[in-house]
Amino acid sequence: MDAKDILGLPKTAIPIPQEKKSRSQKDSQRKPDGISREVYALTGGMPPLMPTIDSSQLKKRPPVDEKITWQWLPFTNSARKDNLQLYHWVRVVNGVPPTGDYSFAKYNKSIDIVQYTDEEYAKHLADPSWTKEETDRLFELCKQFDLRFIVIADRFPSSRTVEELKNRYYSVSRSILMARATSPGDVTGNPLVKETYNVSQEKERKRALSMVLSQTKQQERKDAEILADAKRISESRVAARGAEESELPVASSAGHDNADRADVPGDTVSPSLNVQLPSAAVAPSTLMADNAATIASLRMLRVYLRTYALDQMIQAASSSAGLRTIKRVEQTLQDLGVNLKPRVPTKAVCAEHLELRKEILTLLNLQKQLQYKEAEGSSFRDHPYETPGTPKDRMFVPDSMSFGGERVGKRDQKRKAPGRISEAPSSPAQSKRPRKLKASDL
Amino acid sequence: MSARKSGETQPDDASSVPVLQPVKIHKSAEDNDKKSANKRLKDAEVCVPIVYGTIAFYLGRKASESQSHKWTVYVRGATNEDLGVVIKRVVFQLHPSFNNPTRVLESAPFELTECGWGEFEIGISLFFHSEICDKQVDLFHHLKLYPEDESGPQSTKKPVVVESYNEIVFPDPSEALLARVQNHPSLVLPRLPAGFTLPSPVTTENPNEKERGDTKDHPLTQWFMNFSEADELLKLAAARQQVQIHIVKLKRQLSVMDGLPQLSKPPSGYE
Repeated sequence: MDAKDILGLPKTAIPIPQEKKSRSQKDSQRKPDGISREVYALTGGMPPLMPTIDSSQLKKRPPVDEKITWQWLPFTNSARKDNLQLYHWVRVVNGVPPTGDYSFAKYNKSIDIVQYTDEEYAKHLADPSWTKEETDRLFELCKQFDLRFIVIADRFPSSRTVEELKNRYYSVSRSILMARATSPGDVTGNPLVKETYNVSQEKERKRALSMVLSQTKQQERKDAEILADAKRISESRVAARGAEESELPVASSAGHDNADRADVPGDTVSPSLNVQLPSAAVAPSTLMADNAATIASLRMLRVYLRTYALDQMIQAASSSAGLRTIKRVEQTLQDLGVNLKPRVPTKAVCAEHLELRKEILTLLNLQKQLQYKEAEGSSFRDHPYETPGTPKDRMFVPDSMSFGGERVGKRDQKRKAPGRISEAPSSPAQSKRPRKLKASDL
Repeated sequence: MSARKSGETQPDDASSVPVLQPVKIHKSAEDNDKKSANKRLKDAEVCVPIVYGTIAFYLGRKASESQSHKWTVYVRGATNEDLGVVIKRVVFQLHPSFNNPTRVLESAPFELTECGWGEFEIGISLFFHSEICDKQVDLFHHLKLYPEDESGPQSTKKPVVVESYNEIVFPDPSEALLARVQNHPSLVLPRLPAGFTLPSPVTTENPNEKERGDTKDHPLTQWFMNFSEADELLKLAAARQQVQIHIVKLKRQLSVMDGLPQLSKPPSGYE
């Protein structure tokens, strides 16, 4: 389904030349037949996981001269050693049953496991920690279970770890291979020789993996917090360096602007704020610049609608914000009982509306800063178990109090959310990630 | 659509006779001072508040399957003033199932009445007088026939009214535009700077003719909605106040947080 389908237009020559063009350019990335372009685009040019069958193939009638019957016939399976004869339904074309091996016999794969003689063992394979009986038993099991070492370890009579078993098997195989080779150069390309089994590394890998898997949620959260803090600190350092180098006057003026607009007693700390979080302070100044550009582009039009101008201004003002932030601004507007689009969009109303949106952006920025601060403060105090709940708690309670006094239901919901989070640490057994794998299984 | 008006001559219709005279006057003014006609008033705008929408009446017992409602789509001045001063022509684009779905109205009041059964989006294109602006403005309005609350049978007395307010803005208006609209009561005009003289006002309409263009005595006037800028501004001001209070609260919290790590004394200005 594409735009043409929706519009009910015929699929004419236009898409075809494009396709031809792309074919000639990148023949290797040609779309296979029988799969729609859109679906193919989703794979990102990767071959599909499932083979696709051309739909025209499915509708094709069989040739008229072929007479097909299905018959219940006996067959033997070359993968079996016992010559057991079974029956199955076979497609018989013109009375001739298919010849050749049973089609599923090829899936009976077996692993080629090295066989050693007694002399070879005595000569190359003697190992003080392994007896010959044990080694024989190991190779027997390897053959029986196709190198599934976890199963082998399970069945092995004496207690050996998976690593020990693997190490013995691979070292024996390698020794035999090298002993049998006419010259050392013959086997250097063999994976057994090229990439030897490293016991200590393997043990370390499994230890680390099991450590990660058995981490509790709290530890995980703490790690993430520290990483986020580190990232933020390095970012602010970079930004501060940048500001020093260019002696950015914009940031400071924007900071004053911020403070002026909110001129309220008790607002004594905003300068320090702006110094610490330059990104937040710069935002309003770019916002003004965007506005000017928008106004200029509007003036180029000889005529426009007020609502169009408003849309453009809103877009310009929120261009620096992310999609999620824009959504939150609109949510806040709704919470305040303000129409997302003014009902009477006069010039004054539009200006007020824009100002309101800007202020909400400032508010959201402040909330974010507060969250950062709280996270930072908590990591200073090193109380990892208390922090996760608190920022949300403080953020939302005043939110719901001042914005939607009448919206009791919503406030309750918001109160519940942090509660749930703070409950989590009290039950560490639950929050612990279930360990699906045993260390020995890795 | 415009059958009842086709016989009448309209002051704003460029093709009709009475208009020729004012245009001539205007042109002579241009000849006198060609520069001033093209001069634009910078950093100002002419703003034309309009309301567009539909009013739909259920036909009740007279309703047939294909014609259950009688509806009127219109573009009017926000305070029911004549828009003909600015707007030369309005084109309503109806659903293709109507006969002649493109309806052109060459004179105010710009309205059109039809019967139908279905709701659809009406395209409304506004064209302006050539000396004002050669570009058009497109609006879209969704025709609404059925009320939101579908409790009980629809009344034939009370129509379904949907209106939208908007403003046509002419940035940096030319003198020609200003001259044309300067005596119009409903338009928002910029104050003229000193030394900016307009060509003699184009007095086209005599009072009797003007009566026809506006929608003040319109039979549907009682259903027209009010669009109050003051209400909207009040609401916005209240919202802004709440947000500002909130910002101050947050700043305080932040300052407290700032105070904590260094264990310095918090500023004494609050709490």
